[in-house]
Amino acid sequence: MFDKSISELHSLLHKKELSVSELVQSSFDRINSVENKVKAFMTLNEEGAMQAAKSLDDKLGTEDARGLLFGLPIGVKDNIVTKGLRTTAASQLLGNFEPLHNATVVERLQTAETVTVGKLNMDEFAMGSSNENSGFYATRNPWNTDYVPGGSSGGSAAAVAAGEVFFSLGSDTGGSIRQPAAFCGVVGLKPTYGRVSRFGLIAFASSLDQIGPITNTVEDNAYLLQTLAGHDKMDSTSANVDVPDYLSNLTGDVKGLRIAVPKEYLAEGVDEDVKNKVLAALKKLEELGATWEEVSLPHSKYAVATYYLLSSSEASANLARFDGVRYGVRAEADNLLDVYKKTRSEGFGEEVKRRIMLGTFALSSGYYDAYYKKAQKVRTLIKNDFEKVFEDYDVIIGPTTPTPAFKVGEKIDNPLTMYANDILTIPVNLAGVPAISVPCGLSDGLPVGLQIIGKHFDEKTVYRVAHAYEQATDHHKAKPEL
Amino acid sequence: MSRITNEQVKHVANLARLEMDESEVEKFTTQLDDIISMAEQLNELDTDHVEPTTHVLDLKNVLREDKVQPWLSREEALKNAPDEENGQVKVPSIFE
Repeated sequence: MFDKSISELHSLLHKKELSVSELVQSSFDRINSVENKVKAFMTLNEEGAMQAAKSLDDKLGTEDARGLLFGLPIGVKDNIVTKGLRTTAASQLLGNFEPLHNATVVERLQTAETVTVGKLNMDEFAMGSSNENSGFYATRNPWNTDYVPGGSSGGSAAAVAAGEVFFSLGSDTGGSIRQPAAFCGVVGLKPTYGRVSRFGLIAFASSLDQIGPITNTVEDNAYLLQTLAGHDKMDSTSANVDVPDYLSNLTGDVKGLRIAVPKEYLAEGVDEDVKNKVLAALKKLEELGATWEEVSLPHSKYAVATYYLLSSSEASANLARFDGVRYGVRAEADNLLDVYKKTRSEGFGEEVKRRIMLGTFALSSGYYDAYYKKAQKVRTLIKNDFEKVFEDYDVIIGPTTPTPAFKVGEKIDNPLTMYANDILTIPVNLAGVPAISVPCGLSDGLPVGLQIIGKHFDEKTVYRVAHAYEQATDHHKAKPEL
Repeated sequence: MSRITNEQVKHVANLARLEMDESEVEKFTTQLDDIISMAEQLNELDTDHVEPTTHVLDLKNVLREDKVQPWLSREEALKNAPDEENGQVKVPSIFE
């Protein structure tokens, strides 16, 4: 059941060979059997989901059940608000928070009549690359539970890889969809900034955050984006541009496609085996009729520093709202100032505090020009690098991460080593362009991700290339044994 | 040379409304110093004539009509409040 695609599941439901209740129950059965090892979920919605499934079963076989996502179980990252369903962003500070409204993406999924089975674990407020920064417990990699699933959408990627749900929502600020998708051997897309509404996404870095789908296949991913994408008047940064038909672009045809491969993405620091897998993927695309050439994104090495200054600055402002006044877990104190300080000091984990400190420092009087504004200027240079390459090429391809998944505990004590892991995903957020990670093989039993980066709002080409590669190989069929 | 001092960390923690004991101050001083050292790598680049990017999309101010619309009831809005009284969020005193 767990390797079924969206269109296969839809067909089974449509022919009434499967009921929504059976399908949703199978998701909970799988969760019950593997969750103690994977720990992908933060909150389960069993009662609500089974109730929803039952009412959807009444519509089976009617016109109302025609939608492709009808009746399919889904998991949602825990920084996306769900009305009445606890949403913590994996922070102790929000341990009791029940949102009063749905995020726009959740509304759209409800209109498509998917069934939310639960909320997925993550690094607290999406700050982290391993899920070890969850304020509750760390999700493990389904391929080998001694290893991290990546982050911050680690729960979202692990749940799909473990077969607990068929697809999930994640969010990506510096690689938080693509890196865990790579580590867990699933497909994850970060759409163009502005493609998907951020209304109801608990903000980390507002100029970089973007919600996107995590799935088993490229086709499934395109189905999801079709539902999620589009302008939303509740998010003034969502773009008012047409959403093309992503499915009709999955032709398998890449003849004449011009691929750019940045030399910085295969440079020192990138694991030899990862490099070989990416070169093999390029060879496969060549066989399919594409051509590739080496290019340079010369400011790549400045991306990590730029990203940490900008994202932490934005975070320090965004997280000022968590003060224990209107919601969240309030710490007791005699006066209001101490309520703020105690609530935040007890509620936030160490990484969150570190980033708030860095951001507050970078924005503080006397340092703003030297750090924050400087980083904004370097962001322009990084963005220009991409624009220049895209004058002559259709997509940029490289690895998603320099190495496969690392061991639990391996990098948690050194923030800079952890940050360096995101060196190949961060530039994409700074430039605001879309990128996908698709499986391109196993290295010592752990998945490797191929990253395909496109022009602004050109997800359709990204999908076309990813789908052609996926269908010409068997890497997406490999599943972990749990 | 250390770029960040313990005193600076205490000052920034106060601005960010965070409490820290001495050992945390020590740790954050070292870690922020490491991160800021990495950030100073950006000074290799001449950016005198580069415009800062605040946002990747070419968006100007997005305005809407300033019209009152129904949102949440008072009861709902207070549902998550840690403390309330007479339909309002209650907090400890600000002044002595």
